[in-house]
Order: sequence, then C-alpha cells, then structure tokens
Amino acid sequence: MADLPEPLPVQSAAPEAAEASIIGLTLNGVTRVVPLDDPRVTLLDLLRERLGLSGAKKGCDRGQCGACTVLLDGRRVNACLVLAVTLDGAAVETIEGLGGGGALHPLQAAFVEHDALQCGFCTPGQIMSALGLLAEEGNDPDPERIRAGMSGNLCRCGAHPAIVAAIRAVIGAGDRSEMPE
Amino acid sequence: MPPSEAAVAPEAEPLVVRRPLPHDSAPRHVTGAATYIDDIREPAGLVHLAPGYAPIARGRITALDLDAVRSAPGVVDVITAADLPGPNDISPKLIGDDPAITDGPVRFYGQVAFIVVATTRDAARRAAKRARFTTVAEPPVIDVDQASDHVLPDYSFVRGNAQTAIDRAGRRLEGSFRIGGQEHFYLEGQIAMAVPGEAGEMLVYSSTQHPSEVQHVVAHALNLPSSAVTVEIRRMGGGFGGKESQATQWAVLAAIAAWKTGRPAKFRLDRDDDMIMTGKRHDFRCDYSVGIDGEGVLSGVDVVFSARCGHSEDLSLGVVDRTMFHADNSYFYPECRVTARRLRTNTVSNTAFRGFGGPQGMLFAERMMDHIAYTLGRDPLDVRKANFYREGRDRTPFGQQVTDNILAELIGDLETRSDYRARREAIAAFNAGSRILKRGLALTPVKFGISFTLMPLNQAGALVHLYRDGSIHLNHGGTEMGQGLFTKVAMVVAEEFGVSADAVRITATSTDKVPNTSPTAASSGTDLNAMAAVAACGAIKDRLYDFIAEKWKVGRDKVAFREGQVFIGNQSMSLGALANEAYLNRVHLSAAGHYKTPVISWNRDKAEGRPFFYFAYGAACSEVLVDTMTGEMKVERVDVLHDVGKSLNPAIDIGQIEGGFVQGMGWLTTEELVWDKEGRLRTHAPSTYKIPAASDIPENFKVELYESAGNREATIWRSKAVGEPPLMLGISVFCAIVNAIASLRPGIMPALDAPATPEAIMRAVRATTAGEG
Repeated sequence: MADLPEPLPVQSAAPEAAEASIIGLTLNGVTRVVPLDDPRVTLLDLLRERLGLSGAKKGCDRGQCGACTVLLDGRRVNACLVLAVTLDGAAVETIEGLGGGGALHPLQAAFVEHDALQCGFCTPGQIMSALGLLAEEGNDPDPERIRAGMSGNLCRCGAHPAIVAAIRAVIGAGDRSEMPE
Repeated sequence: MPPSEAAVAPEAEPLVVRRPLPHDSAPRHVTGAATYIDDIREPAGLVHLAPGYAPIARGRITALDLDAVRSAPGVVDVITAADLPGPNDISPKLIGDDPAITDGPVRFYGQVAFIVVATTRDAARRAAKRARFTTVAEPPVIDVDQASDHVLPDYSFVRGNAQTAIDRAGRRLEGSFRIGGQEHFYLEGQIAMAVPGEAGEMLVYSSTQHPSEVQHVVAHALNLPSSAVTVEIRRMGGGFGGKESQATQWAVLAAIAAWKTGRPAKFRLDRDDDMIMTGKRHDFRCDYSVGIDGEGVLSGVDVVFSARCGHSEDLSLGVVDRTMFHADNSYFYPECRVTARRLRTNTVSNTAFRGFGGPQGMLFAERMMDHIAYTLGRDPLDVRKANFYREGRDRTPFGQQVTDNILAELIGDLETRSDYRARREAIAAFNAGSRILKRGLALTPVKFGISFTLMPLNQAGALVHLYRDGSIHLNHGGTEMGQGLFTKVAMVVAEEFGVSADAVRITATSTDKVPNTSPTAASSGTDLNAMAAVAACGAIKDRLYDFIAEKWKVGRDKVAFREGQVFIGNQSMSLGALANEAYLNRVHLSAAGHYKTPVISWNRDKAEGRPFFYFAYGAACSEVLVDTMTGEMKVERVDVLHDVGKSLNPAIDIGQIEGGFVQGMGWLTTEELVWDKEGRLRTHAPSTYKIPAASDIPENFKVELYESAGNREATIWRSKAVGEPPLMLGISVFCAIVNAIASLRPGIMPALDAPATPEAIMRAVRATTAGEG
C-alpha cells in the first residue's frame, strides 16, 4: 500500500462523480464497446479483470517492469499507466492478438526457438515490446540498440541473451509479415 | 491383439533426454496462454485481501482503530490476530517466532497488523489506508553492528588451531568487508487463492516452492488435519528462494479469510508491499584473518560471518550453515575456524535465495584470494590455483573429502578459451596508458555442494499413470518456477516409455497427488523428482513385463519401449495397444515412485559426515571497464565454462547458467538494499532497486558446457544440478572490478564492499589511491 494516494472521501467504490462512460476501441482488430463505471481503471485492469485477457501481466503496476506492455495505436506502452477512459477511438493490440489461425507470429516462434524465456511471466510483455521496437527501429537495428530498446522490460530469470538473439533472428530472417505498419 | 512382426530395437543412445528441447510451456508463454494464479478464472463471490501494517519497525501497537476501515466501500471483513481460529504462527518449523498477524508487538517495518477483505483488490487496498494506529516506538536494531540478540547460537567448523597456524605463517593478512543482500524480484509477486470446500476442506492455489509446507501451516492455522487441505501450483513467475518459506503467510491469510467469510479469497501483494514485507538474501559483515607463505599458499584461515537474519529464524539455520559450507569455495584450508553469527534485527526475516547462503561464503573465499594476490603482487589466478583442492589436500573444513578434483582441468580449459594470459597483458598495457578508465579481468571458480544439508529433505515422490490409449500422466513433488524442471522430468519419463516428450502430460504440483514433499530448492529438483518418476515408471513397466511374459512368453530382455512402440520379441505394438491389453487383463497401470539420495549423512552437532552427494563446478572469466572518475562500470566480456555432468537438456541448462550469472552479477553490482534509521526499506520498487536489464548484459557473453563423462555419482542420466551453482559465476565480475581498481596502486587490496555500485567503487578508488587497503 506504499505510495497509494490517500483514499477519496466518498462512500462509493465507484465514485458517483464519474457517471458511467462508454468507450469504443479496437482490440486486436475487433471493435469493442466497453462501459466503464470508474474512471480510474487502467488499461491493464480493463484487459485482465474486465475483458478476460490475462496475457499482459501485472509485475509492478507502476510502469517500471514492462510485463504489461501492449501496443497502443502501434506504439508500445505500459498498460498499467494508461487510463482506460482515454482510449475512445484507440487501437490496442495485446499478445492474444498476435499470430493467427493457430500459427505463431515470427517473433513468438523465435522466442520458442531461442529459449528466450524461463518462468515466462515477462514473456508476453517482451514480445509486444519487441514488436514495438521493430516498428520504431526499422529494418536494421544494431544489437546495442536492441539491448537498450528492450531494457524497459525486466526479466529476472536472466534470459536477456536469448531474448536479444530471438529478436535479431527475426530481423535477420527479414520476415516482417504481420508486423504493424 | 498379438504383437506385430518387428525386430526388437537394439540398445541405442537415448532418444529424448540430452536433446535441447524447448521449455514445455514455451508455446503458451509466447501466446500469453500460460496460466499463473492471478490468471485463473475467478470463482464467483471471490473476495480480495490487502495488508495493513504499523508505521514503525520496533515497539508496540497500543491501539488500532479500524472503524474507518470497516466502513470503507466494498469492505467485507477485517481480520486481526484476535480473529484467528488457530495458532498464530507461520514459521517454517512452527516454532512460534513468526506470527501471521501481530497481536501488538512490532518487530519490523511492514509486519502485518490486520487484513482487509473486500469485494475488489482496489477497495481492499484503499480501505487499509484508513487504519489509525497508536504506537509506542522503540529504537530499532537495523544493522548487524548494532545487533546483540541472536536468532540461533553461534556455530563453527574447526580444524586444528587456525590462530596458531596464522601466527606461525610467514605472513598474516586481515580484512573486513560487507556483503549486501538481494531482493528476489520474482516478476510474479507473492500470491495465493483459497477456495473453501465442504466439510471444512480448503483448496489453496499458492505460488510456492514448498506446497507441503503451505499445506502443513494452513492446516495448523485452521486447526485442520493436513488431509483437509490441498495446495496446488502449476507454475510460478519466478521463485529464486523467495517462495520457499515466505509464500506461506499469504496463503495462510487467504485461507483464513476464506474460512471466515465462506467465500473464495485471493491475496496478491502489491509490488511495493511485497518488497517491504518479505525477506531477502542475508547480508553479512565478514571479518577474517589468514596466514600464508611467500607464494600465497594458505596455512590458516579464521573467518567470522555476521549475518543479518531479520526479526525471526525462518531458514537462517540452513542458509547460514551453507555460507559456512562454501566459505572454502575451491580452496584447501589446512587449519581453520569458520564461524557464523546469526543476528536478530528489526528488519524482514531474511530467507532462501538461489545459492542459499553459499554465494556469500564463496565471495569471502574469492575476496581472500584477491587480498593475497594483490598483497604479494601475484596474478590472482595463480594464487587461486596454488590453493585448489588436490589429492592429499582435499578435506573441506566440514570434513568431506573432495574426490573428483576436476577444477584444475576445467579452469585450465577456460584459461585457454578465454585467452586469459594474453588479455592480462593487453589490459596491463591499456591501464598503463589510460589515466581514468581502467580495465579489470578475473577468472574465478565455483564448487557447489549438492544435497539439502537437512537430511530428511533429500527425498522425493512421483505419480505416473498410464492410460488405456497409451497417454501418460505425470505428477511429482517438484514445482516449476521457470527452471525447466517439468520439462526435464517429462523427458526422463518419455525416455522410460519410449515416447516423445510431448506425449507425457505434465500436471500441476498438488499435495493430494504426491504428499510430504520437499521444497523445490537446493538445486535438487531434477535430481530428486526425476529419480522418483523413474521409480514410478519402473513399477508400471515391471507389471507390463510380467504381463508380457505371461501372455506372450517373452522375457523382459526381449522387450523394448521405443518410438511410441513396444517391441516384444520379433513383434511390436503401440504403447496404447499394450496398455489396453494390460487393462483388459486387470494389470495396475498407475504407480507412485519414491527416491532418497544415497550415501549422504550429516551430524550438525559433531560437524561431521558427508553432507553433499557431489559437487557441481564451473568457472567464469569476466572483463570490466571502470571509470575511476565516476564509479561507472561496464562488463565488456564474459566467458563461462560450467559442469552440468551429462546434460539432460543443454538448452535449458545454458539458460540456467546465463540467468544464474546475470542474477549473481546483479547481486554484486547494481542491486542495493537500503534501510533508513527508522527501519524503512527505501528501495521498495524497481525505480530504486536495480536488477540487470538487457542493456547490462555484454554482447560478448559466451557460455559453454564442460565436456565430461558425466557425474561420477549415479544421478539421473549422470547429469548434475544446475539451478544455483551458476549464480556464483557472477563473482568474477566483482573480482574483475577489484582488479581494475587494484591497478591504481600496486600492493594495495582495494576495500570494495558488495554490491559494487558506483558509490562503492568510488569509495574503494579513493581509499586505494590513498594507500588504504
């Protein structure tokens, strides 16, 4: 409970000040209309607790571990730092939207191939972050930029060498199918 | 049906084990489909817990006003010590020194004083903030220098008379330094979900490395027999020792909330609370004196480890004993006294962390080698080699003989692979021409004893079912925390039945399938559980052999399980066909297996025996660049050669070695825990506590497995344990930093404390430059 703001002096768990709002967003390519009874709900809690998508993980809930990384309008964000009410009209892509038809996305396949995971808890965030990184860095990011660009995604198991190798392998293969514009 | 015509498969190399198969959960990890406890679909009526604690580290809560908590939105219940149905004790051995909820006395900042139960986690956490404490605070004891109370009596290994030997030696060296603790920072924090059943039964999903202990303590807390409590864990998002004993409290409190409300209850600690409220790696002050000859060969070693244990005993007996067991690392101490003091402080109760105290002991040994080398002006690697165990100089301080002595060969191999001597010269030349930036190089060994030093824990159980379609269900007492245990055991079972690894169904660890298990700890998971699984497979196969002999008159030497088929004499059939045939003839196709480690013994009172079944070895050579103006440090190259015997799965083993190295490097460089004078942890989030990130790992990081004929002891497929030993490879980075600083002034041992943060490096640089070792 450290660092939580002082409780609001209201009696309702969902403050009446925030009359229910409704947002419309594109989630993994599908348009969703989501009622929100509380303006404080984060994108991460929206995904995990209200939409049943538990792939993004809650590691620190304060934007420092990267386990909740998703793409918001094509850019990577920590879902725990984004308020859901701000997402009307936005496009969100999560790990559940990757791949398709039972096939793994090249990045997913590379993570399996390179043993780029141990406990797996950070893995969805790593993959979404890598996806965002590739979009940011273009076709030929050097290894130093991959390491720097992935350093916001903590991995306590120390799978970093394999994570970087997996990302480099995807770049090397030039297989950019299904990657965001 | 009769077996089809086929030749009995010849004896051949294994088909499944030794292959670099991916982690069994990898396809689900990369799609987000792997379920952790917080991802389990929540049962109807679930309530959530949040903790409340007093804002002091030592003293008493004289009044606790919870009215505003109870009246907060969404609150279902508030639980205090007075509400507990059974003993208020979550200590591992149930010795009563660690309450689930304090009933007044406060012994560390973050000790649970009450629990809020609410309809949402957010409501529970907000409500917890509304408590009003009245306290009487006392000055807390934070550091070992302030501490006088002990959680356990002092304990020593003594051989000969260390002080006499040191006095007689040509040269005497003395030193004192600090070894920092370490936060586990498992990415998945502590979590448990309890689901009440009928007749008082309780099902607890707990992110724990020790389900049997959680079961035991939950049953105790609820006044239930163990048979009424089931604890299940499919996987953890990291454990590293932090969920060996310290997952228990949250599971117990969830179970108490479920018992009291009659509703399923989930307790997931917030990250900051997790860091504030749970124990860490023990930190130490280490004081030593040693006697050496002119070549740096030891004649006597006298060392005292003063451990900050925190407010309770927890696992400090075993952890700090292991510091002593590894205070020699790889070196022969002709006469020695190794003493450990276990000090009580008003801080979280320190606990298991990968290496279990061993890394701290080993860091002392390496520090001592550096001290000798820099004092004498010798290359530290030569001093290390001169002191290695070898025939005739092969008794550890605790009396076990080191019989394999492969370290000299392994070190020699790495010395060549890493081009140590040429780089040593190149670095000396670089440093001579570089005033501010200094390079350092160190090659350090690891010798780690494998077995629990608490003898009863060296056993395991497994349960294997063979179904009529030939599919196999596997369960055992080990837990999966990312280390690949489930994959390795499944590979071993697949090999037994001659099927592919993915034909073996891996299932969640559960106390109702395999009872009375040991924690998944001490690197022993595969050694113990895979052997138990083989025993279970063997029991089923024995019945099948008997059935085959009876039905087809073919002896077991003419039967082979291979490639999904069973070869019986000159015929073959699928495993499923055989299983069905056996079922129709009323053969029992399920078996429990059990294993206990042979040979080992340990009498702690007399400090004698052979506590370790074998030793795992490794070595690392690290090169660093230190900015002596700012204290910044960069690891530039790492070469590792590590002994896993004959690997069961080289991909998983290399991952463990890389990860262990990185975690050890973090412990000794960037990971700094800071408590203030009031006993508050100031580093309770990733913003202030820095674990290694991708950018901290050198591009030039080469890990190779040491080639050998395998473990000399009869372990599973002659493999060796790999969980903990590689963590201590990270010591090479610390020693390389010392080496860089030592270049500033020959003859001086840099007074570098761990972790070697930029501040610590700057202090050591200034002291060294001033001629103060």
